[in-house]
Order: sequence, then C-alpha cells, then structure tokens
Amino acid sequence: MKMIQAEELVYEYEKRDDEGNVIGMNRAIDEVNIDVQQGQFVAILGHNGSGKSTLAKHINAILIPTGGTMWVNGRDTKDPNELMNVRQSAGMVFQNPDNQIIGTVVEEDVGFGPENLGVPTEEIWTRVEESLKAVGMLEYRTNSPNKLSGGQKQRVAIAGVIAMTPQCIVLDEPTAMLDPNGRKEVLQTVQELRRQKKVTVILITHYMEEVIDADHVYVMDSGHVVMQGTPREIFSQVDELKKYHLDVPQVTMLAEELRKRGLELPKGILRREELVRYITELWRMQNVNRT
Amino acid sequence: MSIELKHINYIYNPGTTYEKHALKDINLEILPGQFVGVIGHTGSGKSTLIQHLNGLIKATSGELYYNGKNIYAEDYDMKSLRSQVGLVFQYPEHQLFEVDVFTDVCFGPKNQGLSREECEERAREALNLVGFPEKYYQQSPFELSGGQKRRAAIAGVLAMRPQVLILDEPTAGLDPRGRDEILDQIEHLHEQTKMTVILVSHSMEDIAKYVERIIVMNRGEKMLDGTAKDVFSHYRELEQVGLAAPQVTYMMHDLKEQGLPIHTDVTTIEEAAEEIMRSFHD
Amino acid sequence: MIRDITIGQYYPANSLIHRLDPRVKIVCTLLFLISLFVQNSFLGYGIATIFLVAVVKISRVPFKFIVKGLKAIIILLMFTVVMNLFLTKGGEEVIHVGFIHIYEKGLRTCVFMAIRLIYLIIGSSLMTLTTTPNALTDGIEKLLHPLNKIHVPVHEVAMMMSIALRFIPILLEETDKIMKAQIARGADLESGNLIQKTKAMVPILVPLFVSAFRRANDLAMAMEARCYHGGEGRTKMKPLIYKKQDYVAYAVMIFYMAAVILIGRFVTFKLWIF
Repeated sequence: MKMIQAEELVYEYEKRDDEGNVIGMNRAIDEVNIDVQQGQFVAILGHNGSGKSTLAKHINAILIPTGGTMWVNGRDTKDPNELMNVRQSAGMVFQNPDNQIIGTVVEEDVGFGPENLGVPTEEIWTRVEESLKAVGMLEYRTNSPNKLSGGQKQRVAIAGVIAMTPQCIVLDEPTAMLDPNGRKEVLQTVQELRRQKKVTVILITHYMEEVIDADHVYVMDSGHVVMQGTPREIFSQVDELKKYHLDVPQVTMLAEELRKRGLELPKGILRREELVRYITELWRMQNVNRT
Repeated sequence: MSIELKHINYIYNPGTTYEKHALKDINLEILPGQFVGVIGHTGSGKSTLIQHLNGLIKATSGELYYNGKNIYAEDYDMKSLRSQVGLVFQYPEHQLFEVDVFTDVCFGPKNQGLSREECEERAREALNLVGFPEKYYQQSPFELSGGQKRRAAIAGVLAMRPQVLILDEPTAGLDPRGRDEILDQIEHLHEQTKMTVILVSHSMEDIAKYVERIIVMNRGEKMLDGTAKDVFSHYRELEQVGLAAPQVTYMMHDLKEQGLPIHTDVTTIEEAAEEIMRSFHD
Repeated sequence: MIRDITIGQYYPANSLIHRLDPRVKIVCTLLFLISLFVQNSFLGYGIATIFLVAVVKISRVPFKFIVKGLKAIIILLMFTVVMNLFLTKGGEEVIHVGFIHIYEKGLRTCVFMAIRLIYLIIGSSLMTLTTTPNALTDGIEKLLHPLNKIHVPVHEVAMMMSIALRFIPILLEETDKIMKAQIARGADLESGNLIQKTKAMVPILVPLFVSAFRRANDLAMAMEARCYHGGEGRTKMKPLIYKKQDYVAYAVMIFYMAAVILIGRFVTFKLWIF
C-alpha cells in the first residue's frame, strides 16, 4: 500500500526585493516524484538548500504544493478537510530539539498531540506511557525538558509524535544539532520503533552513515531528485555523490580508493565487516597463489 | 604566545545541589603556532576549558599563564587578553547584530579603541581571511546563508587580530559541504597567519585530518594528549568513554586481527589505502 | 546570578500539596496573601507562620530552596525595612542617635513589613514550586473561564503563558551565551554612564530578539504539525476535577482565614495598606 506519494510536486515562492515587491518566483521543489510504501524506511539526502526540508514539510501539510499533488495515506494534502487527518497520519520531528517541545514537563509534552486530537483523558495517559516506553524515556516522564540532553529531547519529540498513532514518521534532520552520542541514541530509537510498531519512516538527513539501513534512498539537489535507489546502488557512485557535496562514509571511501589502486572490490560497500571480509579474502587468495 | 595551565580546577555552583566539578586538575601547555584539536562529548568540560583560556571563566583553583604572565594576578589586563585570545563560540552567527556584515565585523576592533580607518582595514583583512565575498559586505547578516553567516561571525573575532584563535565546534549544524569549507578555511588561515588555533569538536573524523595535536577531554579530566596517531592508538579506551576513533582506525585493527601484516597507525583514508596496498605488494 | 531566581520554577516531588488542584492552590495563595494584610498582630503572624511552615513541610520542598528565592528581593526588602524604621513616628522613642530617631511604632511596622514581604514571596513561590506551569495555566484558564462569555480569549492567553514559562529558562541561558560572546569581542557591558550602558545592550538584545523570533516560528510550526488548532475540540490529559483532598484544603484554608481574622480582630484590628 502506498503511504506517501508525491506526483510532479512543485513548490514555488515569491522572491521579493527590499521594498517587498515581487520580482520573480523561486522553485524550491521542481516536479518531484516520490513513492513510499507502507512500512518502508526511506531516506532523503541532500545538502542544505537542496529542497529536502521543503519536501518534508509537504508530507505534514505544513506547506501545500503550488503544483502537482502530495498524497498522504491516500489523502490529498491540498484538501482543507483532510488537514487534521494528514497531520495525524504523518507525524513530524524537527531539527532543533528545543523549539519543538511545548510542554514544561516531559509527559505533558507527549500528551500535547493527543489532546489536540481530542483523545479521551484515560487513553491519553495510556498512549503517553506507551510512547515514552517505546523511546526509552519513561523514567524521565516528570522531568523538565530543559534538563535533558539533546538526544533525550529528540526522543521525547519522537514520543510526542508516536502518541498521535501515526502510520508514518517524518524526521527532518533530527540529528543535525546533536553530538555523536545523541545521534546514535536517536537513530537506535528510530530503528527500535520500526521493529516494534512497523511504522513507515522517512528520514531527511545529510549524514550518509544514517541511511545505510534504508530500503530506498532519494538524493536531492536544487529542488530535483537527482539519484534514487538502494543504499548500495547509491553508494557505488562515489564521484557523483561528491558532486552533490554529500559525505560518503569512510568505509565506502576507503573501498573506492583501494579500487582505484587496483584492488578488485565490488562497488557500493557499506559496512566495515564487509570490507574487511573482502580484503582478507583477496589477501589470502594472493598468498595461496604465491605458495 | 604560549598558554600554560597549572592544576586548573573549576566547580560550577559550588555548595548547591547543582554543584558540578567541571574541570579536574588540568595541566597543559599550548605552544605558539600550534594547531590543536580538543575532543570530548557534551559535558566533558571542553567548552568550560576554552572559556578559561580568555578569562571568561575564572578557575576555582590553579593558575593560568599567558606568555608567562599569571592572568589571575590582580593587575592583569583582562581586556587585552580577550583581544589576544579570540574565542568563537558555537553557532557564532547568533551574535551578529549590526545592519550590515562589514559594520558587524568592525565591532571588535571598535571596542579595542582603534580609529575608524584601522577598524575598516582590519575588518577587510579578516573578511578576506575567511574567504567572505566582497559583494556581500553591505548585506544584512541575517539574510546570508548558514555558511556565510558563520564566516562573517568568525571574521568578527579575527578582526581583533588575536594571536590565538579558539573555535568551539565551528561546524555544528552545517552540512558536509559547509563543514569542509569552514575547516579548509581555518587550515588555510593557520598556514597564512601562523597563529595558534584551537579547534573544539566532538568528531574525531572531522579534525584528525587537520590538527597536529589532539587533547581528549572526558568527565572534566584530560584523558589523552598527543598526535592523532598516538591518540587513536588508544581506540579501545576512547570507545569505552563513547568517543569513537575514525572508522579507518577500526578497519586497520580488524585487518590486522585477520592476519594482514599492516601497521595500524594511520589516520586518514589516503594513508589507510596506501598501507593496505603495501601489505598486498610485500 | 540569573539562575538564582526560584519564582516560577517547579520543584518536582510527590506531595499532597503537589497533588492538589491548581485552582485550590491559586485561590488559597491569594487568600493567604490577603490574610497577611488584614491583620497586624503578633498572634496573627504566629498563626500565619505555623500555617506556612506546615504547608512547606507537607510540600516536601527543601526549605533551603525556598530561601534561595528570597535573595532576589533582598534589596526591596532592605529598602522597605529601612524606610519604615526611620520614617514612621509614633509611640515611645526607642533609639535616638544624632539625627536618627527610631520609634516603637516604626520598629513594629518594619518588622511586620519584613515578615509580610517574606511570607508573600514564600507563599507565592511555594505555589509555583509545587505546581507545574502547565497545571498553573490550566488552573488560571479554568478559573477565568467565565470571561470567555465576554470574548476574552482565555485559552489562547493560557497557552501563551505556558509557552512563555517553557522558554524563559532557554532564553535566559541564551542571553548568558550572547553576553559572553560579545564580551569575547571586547564589548564593555559594565562601565560607562546610563546612556553608554543602554547602548552596550544593543549587541545583546538584537541577537536575542532574532533568536526569540526564530524559536517562535519553529515552535508555531511544531505545534501545527501536532494538530494544534486552538482550544476547540481539545481534550485534557490532566483535566481539573476537584477531589476530596481539594475540598479539605479549601476547608482548612477557610478555617485558617477565620482564625487569623478573628484573632487579629480580637487583639487589635487595623487594616494596613502600603
């Protein structure tokens, strides 16, 4: 079943001069087509200003396309009657951990979404508890968000989305402002949620290491989808990725360097164990041949 | 231009429930012209440490010498220390406030009491050093892209012509391109001006390529201090405190365990590739 | 420095006071404040003291924590005390040194004034320390609900208050950071006359406003993304329903008020206003 579908999506906004007169149109997104099946883990990569965040905001109907259509769970985001349904089915986690927590106590923040949806009180409590448990933050339920680390804040934000029982979660650069520990924490939480709740995940990021486990990857550049495929297909095109100023994981880079130096390695190696295995095999074969 | 720390301790909120021993008996010396990386995760004390270096935070105990002079001496001129040790905070673009970039960069020199011509000369020089395009000098700093904003903010500190430049996570929040550009620019700057540069980061991979010395902070203590090779050879200890060495370091150790006759003390992808190829050809 | 202010902070604990309905706490705090001003006798203050100490004990907020909040008003306190001490005339002259005359009445007034101010701060900070800002705004929202009929946007105002409370500590921290950054650029925030000092604030206020607006923008988007659409059709995670303990609290409060007023009146009754 299709969870998210962008059809020839266009988003234009007015460019204004100093006096506020319209002097032209800017296309942030230019005829983008995207398909996400239910339960998939899809990553959208691109550098800042590539249009990936603008695209993400369409999934949650924060932005409405100026051309084409965005379907979320079979609903057209342009339809004002579907607005709440769209936002409920596709929850969104943003980049800045501080600026998306509304509650002054962790559990009250997680309850904010269900409150807006008009969920009965007792059910809000069960949902809050379950969501906090799912992200491993239950023991912090009565804490103030201000005292949490960046990674913990993001997990609270994720719990706040989960509590609205969405079919899909869109994470818009959730790790960009975190340190390596925080990044790991958030990514593990997302993986765990996928396993537990079978929820569709769309991860917007500029860190390539984060997308290794994705089912499908889209690469965006100046409003277009310029590459798409499995992580392996994407990572095998190192030179092209560099053209879009993306950061290829060190393992993939090393494999590429070795290939250039004549070692017969397959393209698109993603994991350390994989590369170690290939190199060791090659080395053993060479030694067997010698002796 | 050397900076010397002797038994520096710092305690936040002493005597309250929020008491925190942020720095524990730190001893170190930074020599003129060095390019130093300070690594540690959030709460390791690295930010507290660098704020000591220009006197923004005063140690609870211990001594700090700048060019051989004790900065905690009563008659020490803190204001001149701050102009000699330039500190660029995390997300420095959040302190831009003037109507245009050029005026904003002039703020530092103006505070130093320099004439207008001199302020402008320094501002131009600083903006040049960070590779800020001249056509944006008169732009409002709030209308620039993330990377350009950050350059302008760094120039704001450079315009004071410091002898030591400290940057607290200068790449935070930037994308890979922005990150590489800023780091390359800082390297270039170091080569050109020969000033002491201290780079704070939580990513080993980012700075291994650039710095000549790495100081690892953990829970307020100096855990390791040495060249990248030295520091990464302790990769298991680093991992225990949640600071991973670069992926290549792990790769080389894995390969060695598999029986390949290779040296594990490489820090960059280039070196690793060369080393692996060498093991094949021997 | 900035972190010393405890008014408006919440102290997490699980006590009877924490569990009371916020409306009870708001109303009782107001009544308590009134009780400090409708009487003026040692006995009355004695009862107030016992009451306050008992409530603090039950609330399980460490006394040290509450006292810390008093630091913020120490200057105001000293000022009031000194003014009353020297300027109130009446009764017997107690001390006369040079041009300083201190009368019995002055002494009495200044002691009572000090007690009133201190109790006022303790009482109101106890309310905020034991009530989450959200519960507090919920309480105010519910208490002011009748105003909806005359088109006062009570829900929106309450939401604004709770957001403000959430962001005050963040913005204070940010102010601290910006100040440090500008000091590192040689900004002089301390010396100079009033005009120079005001001018020196510009490099701090401009970035602070810019940041506040950016946060407001982000937050509005995050709220929308979580289906916020005003107060209509909204349910409550923590709806306010009076329980037995709340009625008991009201009863205790009425009893206290009666005791203070009766005793205050029995001994001497004077209505004191600043």
